[in-house]
Amino acid sequence: MRSSDLGFRLGVGAFAAALLLIVVAIAVTLVTDSTLSMQKFGLRFWGTSNWDPVAGEFGALPFIWGTLYSSVLALLIATPVALGIAVFISELCPNALRGLLIFLTELLAAIPSIVYGLWGIFVLVPAVRAVETGMPESLRALPWFSGPPLGVGMFAAALILAVMIVPFTSAIAREVLRTVPASQREAAFALGATRFEAIRAAMFYARTGIIGAVMLGFGRALGETMAVTMVIGNNPQVSLSLFAPQYTMAAVLANEFTEAADALYLAALIEIGLVLFVITLVVNMLSRALIWSMARQASPRRAVLVARGAEA
Amino acid sequence: MNKIVMRYLAVALTAAVAAGCGGGNSEPVTANSSSGSGTAGALQINGAGATFPYPIYSKWFSEYNTLHPNIRVNYQSIGSGGGIQQVVNQTVFFGATDGPMTEDQLKAAGGRILHFPTVLGAVVPVYNISGVTAELKFTGPVLADIFLGKIKKWNDPAIAKLNPGVMLPATDVTVVHRSDGSGTTYIFVDYLSKVSPEFKSQVGVSTSVKWPTGVGGKGNEGVSGLVTQTPGSIGYVELIYALQNRISFGSVQNAAGEFVKGSVDAVTKAAAAAAPNMPADFRVSITNAQGAGAYPISSFTWLLLYEDPKDKAAGKAMVDFMRWALTDGQKYAADLGYAPLPPSVVTLEQAALDRIKVS
Repeated sequence: MRSSDLGFRLGVGAFAAALLLIVVAIAVTLVTDSTLSMQKFGLRFWGTSNWDPVAGEFGALPFIWGTLYSSVLALLIATPVALGIAVFISELCPNALRGLLIFLTELLAAIPSIVYGLWGIFVLVPAVRAVETGMPESLRALPWFSGPPLGVGMFAAALILAVMIVPFTSAIAREVLRTVPASQREAAFALGATRFEAIRAAMFYARTGIIGAVMLGFGRALGETMAVTMVIGNNPQVSLSLFAPQYTMAAVLANEFTEAADALYLAALIEIGLVLFVITLVVNMLSRALIWSMARQASPRRAVLVARGAEA
Repeated sequence: MNKIVMRYLAVALTAAVAAGCGGGNSEPVTANSSSGSGTAGALQINGAGATFPYPIYSKWFSEYNTLHPNIRVNYQSIGSGGGIQQVVNQTVFFGATDGPMTEDQLKAAGGRILHFPTVLGAVVPVYNISGVTAELKFTGPVLADIFLGKIKKWNDPAIAKLNPGVMLPATDVTVVHRSDGSGTTYIFVDYLSKVSPEFKSQVGVSTSVKWPTGVGGKGNEGVSGLVTQTPGSIGYVELIYALQNRISFGSVQNAAGEFVKGSVDAVTKAAAAAAPNMPADFRVSITNAQGAGAYPISSFTWLLLYEDPKDKAAGKAMVDFMRWALTDGQKYAADLGYAPLPPSVVTLEQAALDRIKVS
């Protein structure tokens, strides 16, 4: 091996090692700085709802709930839209329109979070409030729509998160669909598939990548801070109601970290960071596992068979 | 084969090297004396803390710098909590806070820390009720009951009794509070805790509290944004913010029984009323102050200095600066919406500044 080659390897190896080191360093910092809170509350921290900085009582449950609930809702709203955009751009869109659409989705991704938040306060929240006040009483009796119509709350947060993750999911899903060999679609057509069936076959072929795209959007929703803080209402409670003001882990960190002078309070906030870190890690590992298990059974032949299998 | 061995060797090597570096980096940053004399003869002093007085502090530091070009003060408005922590850890030379330090915090510091009131601020109730244009009157207990969630409708007899002649609708009250930790919240809950035993036991006093009801907005702008948009809402913002943005607000009954509207004058009156009983360390809450014309939701904001600073040159410069800020500097306060200190408090502080050991 030539010496220049060895230098190159050492160089890029160092970069890779640095990445690993940063993750480990973050984990170590989070654990050491939250020791005080972990010793005092133990596992209770994950399961209790009382967040009282004056009394020194801290429980993360409302924040964990709010983060997961808002992210899952955002995912449910954003995924069909994002995949629709991706399919339209990559499969159906007239060439003249394609560049413009790609540019627009990328523009959405480039808008800073705080701008989404301001738009949320001044446009989205009043619109949501109008929907809430216009809802028939019979529906308002359901647990999902209970509470006063404030505008700010879980629904506004989920909507704004959905708008924010659509460009990410759709951009990656689009790129993934582009990598599906033309032979896949041609084969489907040759078997007598309609346009819809051919696209379904292509999507099945690309499913691991598409799942990856969706999970990336989920990861972004979990960690999104500023825009959510501005519209979610910041009230730590566990509620099924879409109209209730709630709270997320990232939002409480952004809100309370600067003024937390008390050691236990600070430790509790850092433990919230640790919880968010762990949850993000678990979500990433689960999506990896899902992709691996799907990749193992991936074969082009099966893809077409399964896609056709539904009506066979 | 050789290739694989080489690859593992490379990875192991880099990992070892990187780990070595990491060990060094993860050491805590040692407290610096923060007066690193940069350019010839210039003295740089670092401070951090409250965001509330940031506009007046940055005005002062820039004015003082034009008078004394060799002294540069760098103030980071990271919040009162952060300011206290950094001054206790001595990563900055001085701190600033909207709520006085607790005994525990003072004990944690490596030396004796002194509080110096610099200017005053106040908090006012803002509300948005459809059809009501009149300026509402509140008492402390009524505000406390509203923020406790006990008064649920705007036409509640407790509010109606204070505002005869105002047609109050039967709409729900929506409470809007700060979601971020803030000196504004501290002043407001400090007042409510003084006038309502129930508020004191259920909520208490801190920069962030557990609110029994309502929604949280980030910053003064978040609260006022939510209030202006939500019919039936009530919130609290800094007096400066309400004045600058021409937001109308209600008056509050003071300890003397008068309904007083928040203003620079009424805030200084509250401070003057508290001055005769000023404790030696200036750690005093002036909410619900006695005295005619005093606005009840007022507070000092403090600068934090060590009595025996390690860096004597910076200590001398800060004492000189403080003497200027307490006298000439006060004239900038009103323009920026802060209430200037009453002369009696300035005299007490001048004496306290003598205690700082600068040589």
